[in-house]
Amino acid sequence: MIKVSNLTKYYVRNKALDNVSFSLKEGEILGFLGPNGAGKSTTMNIITGYLSSDSGDVEIDGINILENPTAAKKKIGYLPEVPPLYNDMTVKAYLEFIFRLKKVRLPMKEHINSICEKVRITDVRERLIKSLSKGYRQRVGLAQALIGDPPVLILDEPTVGLDPQQIIEIRRLIRELGKKHTIILSSHLLSEVQAVCDKILIINKGRIVADELTSSLTGTGSSTEKLRLIVEGRKQQVQSVLQKVDGVVKVTDMGEAEKGCCEFTVDSRRDVRRLIFRALAKTDFSILEMSPVEQSLEDTYLNIITGKNETKEEATDVSDI
Amino acid sequence: MSAIFKRELGSYFTSPVGYAVLAAFMFFSGIFFYVQCLYTGTTNMSGVFQSMFFIVLFVIPLITMRSFADDRKNKTDQALLTAPVSVPSVVISKFLSSLFIFALCLLSFVIEGVALTVLAKADWSVIIGNVFGMLIMGSAFITIGLFISSLTESSIVAAIISFVVNVLISLVDTIGYTIHWAPLNSVLSVLSFQGKYNNFALGLISLSDVVFFITVSCLFLFLTDRTVERRRWM
Repeated sequence: MIKVSNLTKYYVRNKALDNVSFSLKEGEILGFLGPNGAGKSTTMNIITGYLSSDSGDVEIDGINILENPTAAKKKIGYLPEVPPLYNDMTVKAYLEFIFRLKKVRLPMKEHINSICEKVRITDVRERLIKSLSKGYRQRVGLAQALIGDPPVLILDEPTVGLDPQQIIEIRRLIRELGKKHTIILSSHLLSEVQAVCDKILIINKGRIVADELTSSLTGTGSSTEKLRLIVEGRKQQVQSVLQKVDGVVKVTDMGEAEKGCCEFTVDSRRDVRRLIFRALAKTDFSILEMSPVEQSLEDTYLNIITGKNETKEEATDVSDI
Repeated sequence: MSAIFKRELGSYFTSPVGYAVLAAFMFFSGIFFYVQCLYTGTTNMSGVFQSMFFIVLFVIPLITMRSFADDRKNKTDQALLTAPVSVPSVVISKFLSSLFIFALCLLSFVIEGVALTVLAKADWSVIIGNVFGMLIMGSAFITIGLFISSLTESSIVAAIISFVVNVLISLVDTIGYTIHWAPLNSVLSVLSFQGKYNNFALGLISLSDVVFFITVSCLFLFLTDRTVERRRWM
């Protein structure tokens, strides 16, 4: 549905995008992740035809955005980073304007009403856009992207400025839209991408550093497995037993969990749960708790971003997220 | 195209700009009409039209200042340029809406013409010719204003630069008087807006003058289109 190949873009002399390629099938939701200034918005602006790339191609449903911009743009609904709202219009007048601008051939009133209900702005339809709060403005922005029911939706940080309740609502809406639309969304919130997207694209300094399925990034993203362990017994003795278990790479002492018990995290190359159980049973130490520590997307993300660019600046960027 | 035209037109009247422009234009046109027609007791409106030339220089930057600058500032250009419409149609829609507001200003002359008809015998062919002349000259000034508005994000800066440019254009004749070198003089007289407009005001509508203003309009519409298009590549 969306095919992006070898996009490169310079801003004066700065390389904003460096050979970015990816593709997306119909009905997939792609999460675009990366620190500030990584090139997320630039990529989205190029896909939607707002900016042009210095080299590379964008195809929407087989239509090249440069060769046939009008036909390609008809297939895209775009919510930019700053929603493109006319402050001097009412929500209703604005959505009617967008409807006409996009030359939509659906019954106008019904179409706009159904979108207003979807994004829950029905109660502010008669209000001037300049009097709306940030959350409502964001939702009007989302509404304008949905007008015309385009098969492709490009959403640049759709949940920014919303309160937690609204964020949950919008995420649910995006998931629902994902059944019928192909969606690219960018976000600073890792949990959001994890919750909503099928595929994740991590971009840093204009380059794609990871392009994988969400499940593979969060599950087996790392080559080692991690276990959390609470054992009754003396710390040093338990630790030496654990270290001798075949396959264990590292045992980290996490301190005393409760009286007479100590907590460890164990890194191993493979599944060592049974071996640990037997080794500790043999030496008469009781296991009170043993659980796998699932690597979150956040860990993977930090590994990918900082692993490649261990600069101080990067580290602060990531900690902002 | 009609969607953008209607929105732009509406935006003049959801802010004070449209009302202020209309009020200022009609106020000055009324004063000149009173002084040069009613007070002196003549039906010849040429003087009114000549005096209004300078008001046009002031008023048009106010009409055009926001058209592209505000879109860039508020990022609403993203809605226009990612919609299935071409850049030339965006530019032309904005031009037509500005021209429409200017045409509304010119209605004041029609009202004055009606007033003259009530009092004496007005020469409608001269009035209509003049309104046409002013409209076509206004269209050239409007395209210059649109072009300047497309260069900046600030509508105030756009208004000031447009005004300065308009004044410079009107000074072409004054500069012409001080230069006694025939080739340059003839170039300046070709470029002169006021000289051509004064011909209109005197009731002389020549095809070459009309073609001049249409050419200037087309040139600056083209340049505006290029500026908007070029920004995508920056």
